[in-house]
Amino acid sequence: MTIYRRVTLSRVLQISALMLLIFVIICIVSLSLGSVRIGFVEVLGSLLNSFTGESHLSSQEELIIFSVRLPRIIFAAVVGASLSLGGVIFQAILRNPLADPYILGISGGSALGAIIGIVIGAGSFYLGIPLLAFVGALATVFLVFVVAGSVRGPLSDNSLLLSGVVVNAFFSAAILFFLSVVNSMELHSITFWLMGDLSGTSVNEICVAAVCLLAGFVLLYAQARKLNLIVQGEDTAQQLGIRVEKTKQILLIITSLIISVAVSLAGIIGFVGIMVPHFMRLVFGSDHRLLLPVSALFGASFLIVADTIARIILAPAELPVGVITALCGAPYFIFLLKRNQR
Amino acid sequence: MPVIEARNINFSYDTKSVMGNVSFAIDEAQIVAVIGPNGSGKTTLLKIINGTLFPNSGKMFVDGKETVRWSRREIARKVAIVPQETSLIFPFYAEEIVLMGRFPHLGRYSFEDKNDYKIVHEAMEKTDTLTFADRRFGELSAGERQRVLIARALAQEPKILLLDESTVFLDLKHQAQFLALLRQLNTEQKLTVIFVTHDINLAAQNAERIILLDSGKIYAIGNPADVITAANIKEVYDVDILIDQNPKNRLPRMTLLT
Repeated sequence: MTIYRRVTLSRVLQISALMLLIFVIICIVSLSLGSVRIGFVEVLGSLLNSFTGESHLSSQEELIIFSVRLPRIIFAAVVGASLSLGGVIFQAILRNPLADPYILGISGGSALGAIIGIVIGAGSFYLGIPLLAFVGALATVFLVFVVAGSVRGPLSDNSLLLSGVVVNAFFSAAILFFLSVVNSMELHSITFWLMGDLSGTSVNEICVAAVCLLAGFVLLYAQARKLNLIVQGEDTAQQLGIRVEKTKQILLIITSLIISVAVSLAGIIGFVGIMVPHFMRLVFGSDHRLLLPVSALFGASFLIVADTIARIILAPAELPVGVITALCGAPYFIFLLKRNQR
Repeated sequence: MPVIEARNINFSYDTKSVMGNVSFAIDEAQIVAVIGPNGSGKTTLLKIINGTLFPNSGKMFVDGKETVRWSRREIARKVAIVPQETSLIFPFYAEEIVLMGRFPHLGRYSFEDKNDYKIVHEAMEKTDTLTFADRRFGELSAGERQRVLIARALAQEPKILLLDESTVFLDLKHQAQFLALLRQLNTEQKLTVIFVTHDINLAAQNAERIILLDSGKIYAIGNPADVITAANIKEVYDVDILIDQNPKNRLPRMTLLT
């Protein structure tokens, strides 16, 4: 059991700084690990020296650190943070602890987009597959909104959730249809995409995702206190001074954008988005002013660790990172639930 | 000028009419009870007063301005409501719940300052909830939770307090304490109180005026002696009651005849 501590600005800053430090340490450790091992000290030295221009490492090692591992680590961080934020927000707006970033059908929509891209050979065009996945994700969110809205006026929690489930189920069927008709080469890339994979993403794509995440985070953080009220229920939030409908729409749109970008580039990485928010709530409480930054930082760190394991466990071969997150996520989640039941 | 004024309010959920031609005015610092059978529109009326529902036709004025013209934030600084119950899906601590009452007074990125914590502390002191400020809301008993919700409403520093069955879970001591607190805030800070209740004696003993609702219409409005009569209660609730007087204050007292 955690003990109650007030959420003040200084506490948010202190804990965020601590989480940032852990994040940086994890980055450095991850930079040194891989099929070619480079010592921590050398990695640290080379990071510091990159500002001054001197280097003690061979150019090949430099290349591995800066051109191969660093972009991938940053990408893992961006995706991990995006999914964790998405989980926090969706769980809050839908008032459902089982919600995850994919619950409104973003996963199904982007997967269908990506699979169509793979089947028609869009991979040979620049940004071909991610773009189709992104369009698929956004189209799905739009569809879910329309379906939910037509069922019963306002965006009530349950109508959104149900239309998300229905749309996801429909897309799953469409995905299965494609899986049963494609050839084995395509099947392999589709399977990798569906399991979530952080390899082979260009620096440009990573930058786009990072910018979306940072901008999104600033906008979401402005709503942090409103989120505290929204999880108390619609009536309470309204009577305490929020236009719930409008706030929910803003939050859903921003979050859907962040998640769609992450999913379209990284595929469907499971468990991060549902596990990280719960773990952070257990440790730091439910106040979103603290929960949002720590979830983002912890999610980033967690996915880096998972991706590092995915890189080294079968080196030089690689596993899709989604396999690792699900493998360690599921048992861990059960452990958390057991512990929480007291 | 009345602090709350309803003019010919009609309201319906989808096609089901729940409020028809309701008009009344409540002056500042009055304590008013709203009674009526299940589904007579009591809770709906509270929601229309605090502007979370708007009438389909007619006008609701709060503090001289129509509720549709108030921003949610502005009206939340004037009107607070204590709901029957709140269900939480994520763990919050009791003090955090009370702190949320400060929301309408704070800026977008700001954190609660010393003054906010002082107000919260006082609200929790008055409701006897300080002892479990650091406990989780979900672990508290129904009565304790209700007192936390009352503290949250007090922390809003409202001019008008709306209570929706807010004493049902309170034990006798806390009921007495709460009623005394309401009277104190009513005289010292000119707090206007409107409370919905099924307990007709509670209404008769504590309200200056009583609104008796019957299927979305005002059946009777006035002082307790005029509204709480055997004939009115028989007509609206379809039960036989005996009315006598409380020997101490001469207010009507009801006994259910079964």
